[in-house]
Amino acid sequence: MAVTDLRKPINPVRAIGERIIQIALLLAAAVSIFTTAGIVFSLIFETIAFFSEVSIIEFLTDTEWTPLFANQRFGIWPLVSATVLTSAIAMVVAVPLGLIAAIFLSEFANDRVRRTVKPLLEILAGIPTVVYGYFALTFLTPLLRNFIPTLSIFNSLSAGLIMGVMLIPIVASLSEDALSAVPNSLREAAYGLGSTRFEVAVHVILPAAISGVIASIVLAFSRAVGETMIVAIAAGQNPRLTFDPTVPVMTMTSYIVQVSLGDTPYGSLSYHTLYAVGFTLFLFTFVLNIFSYWMVRKFREVYD
Amino acid sequence: MTIIHEMDRSNPNAIEARNMSVYYGSFRAVKNVNLAIEKNRITALIGPSGCGKSTVLRSFNRMNDLVASARVEGEILFHGENIYAPGVDPVNVRRRIGMVFQKPNPFPKSIYENVAYGPRINGWKLSKSQMDELVERSLRGAALWDEVKDKLNQNGLSLSGGQQQRLCIARALAVEPEVILMDEPCSALDPISTLKIEELMFELRQNYTIIIVTHNMQQASRASDYTAFFLMDSDRAGQLIEYGPTSQIFQNPKDERTEQYISGRFG
Ligand SMILES: Nc1ncnc2c1ncn2[C@@H]1O[C@H](COP(=O)(O)OP(=O)(O)O)[C@@H](O)[C@H]1O
Ligand SMILES: [Mg+2]
Repeated sequence: MAVTDLRKPINPVRAIGERIIQIALLLAAAVSIFTTAGIVFSLIFETIAFFSEVSIIEFLTDTEWTPLFANQRFGIWPLVSATVLTSAIAMVVAVPLGLIAAIFLSEFANDRVRRTVKPLLEILAGIPTVVYGYFALTFLTPLLRNFIPTLSIFNSLSAGLIMGVMLIPIVASLSEDALSAVPNSLREAAYGLGSTRFEVAVHVILPAAISGVIASIVLAFSRAVGETMIVAIAAGQNPRLTFDPTVPVMTMTSYIVQVSLGDTPYGSLSYHTLYAVGFTLFLFTFVLNIFSYWMVRKFREVYD
Repeated sequence: MTIIHEMDRSNPNAIEARNMSVYYGSFRAVKNVNLAIEKNRITALIGPSGCGKSTVLRSFNRMNDLVASARVEGEILFHGENIYAPGVDPVNVRRRIGMVFQKPNPFPKSIYENVAYGPRINGWKLSKSQMDELVERSLRGAALWDEVKDKLNQNGLSLSGGQQQRLCIARALAVEPEVILMDEPCSALDPISTLKIEELMFELRQNYTIIIVTHNMQQASRASDYTAFFLMDSDRAGQLIEYGPTSQIFQNPKDERTEQYISGRFG
């Protein structure tokens, strides 16, 4: 067979088909990239428009946020503090419970339990967040008021706790994947040295899977930061710089909801605040992702 | 079948299996094994693949408990006590009967932490200098100290395969077991690393009892004191065919099947 025969396609129709599929896949990939780029650009564009009217110094130093009032103030911190507070409360719930569930499922439960519990956990992740929001407002807050009489109807405590419950499946499911991926040979090594189940899980398997576990936590945190319905419904609409979990606050996402639902005219200053807040939110999750990437690489225990 | 009582032994038994059968679900993998392991000797378990050598070995420190379907019948005596008796904690058994696996499996931690792991989880209250000493002693015991003493903080997985296996031996030594079970510890290693491990086993024999599974006839013949030959019967259940001093098994086997196996006619 001559060399040229090797270059000639065996079946020209098949070769063209391959080509079409490649182009289609490329287009699909391009669409998602362009959409993302488009979103980021419009965010940046409108944010620049905002900062041509409001100084970045005021944005970063003022402690009040009242763009919809006559006396407009544009300090972002009240919104940031509310987002951080509700997210932190959520993490206090989601990380320990999610990790315990993951360790239980991966290291303690037998196959049958694992096969029933994991799908149940994923159902929890499928509940619409608006349901969680009303659950926080109409069930958890009244319940908590029995113990904390000063608790406002709208507060970051209930919203944060319920958001934590919502995030348990994310931490549990992704951490469980990371724990289960640790090779069995490490379990055998640890058991062979006389470790208890608990010691194997905590001293060997968890450290070996730590990069995946951290990734699951960071993902849950960025979900908390971006979560909208629960905080909009249950945490209140009152921008104030506080870390008191019993009073109404307003997160970045709640503000975006409030303005989007209102009758803010297109192109006005209060319209542009949407983008400034949205951009801040974007920066938050962006930094979290970079941080997660860095942590995952730093802590990865390579096995094999 | 068993000729243990005829053996001329200078040491007491380290482990003794009496009428041991092991099941995986309803499948009987090992049938009616009687095997007394002499203390401070190297005993090799040989036989064709699938005849239950690993199963027997893993029954000696209750590693089979980790397989949900596995079940052991009969008795395994350690210091005269049945390790399968109700109330015996397998964790305690494994602390005294250590194990080295076929594929080197160091933890993804530093060399130092690999060795220190066992003493730590055992709750030994050691000062930093005592721990340093124990780590050094264990690594020396595994003939690895000179190669790693300058890089104790490096990841154990950065070592070569042979070094990793010796690290696993050092890790097992650090908890000061009485018996060390080795399941084909050299099968993933090159010939030079293999010889190193064999030399090491000879050193360790002064202080430890070693039971080694091997598929390598030369290894069994040159590196063990006793050899136990297993074969499966028509139900695929492994049985102990012949057991005796290694020289006798290899030069003067009593059972025809043993002779066939060691002369390489099957398996
Ligand atoms: N975890 C297990 N579950 C079910 N059967 C097993 C398991 N481990 C081993 N077996 C079976 O038990 C028999 C003996 O296996 P093994 O002890 O690994 O033999 P060897 O080490 O001599 O090659 C084989 O038939 C094998 O398929
Ligand atoms: Mg085997």
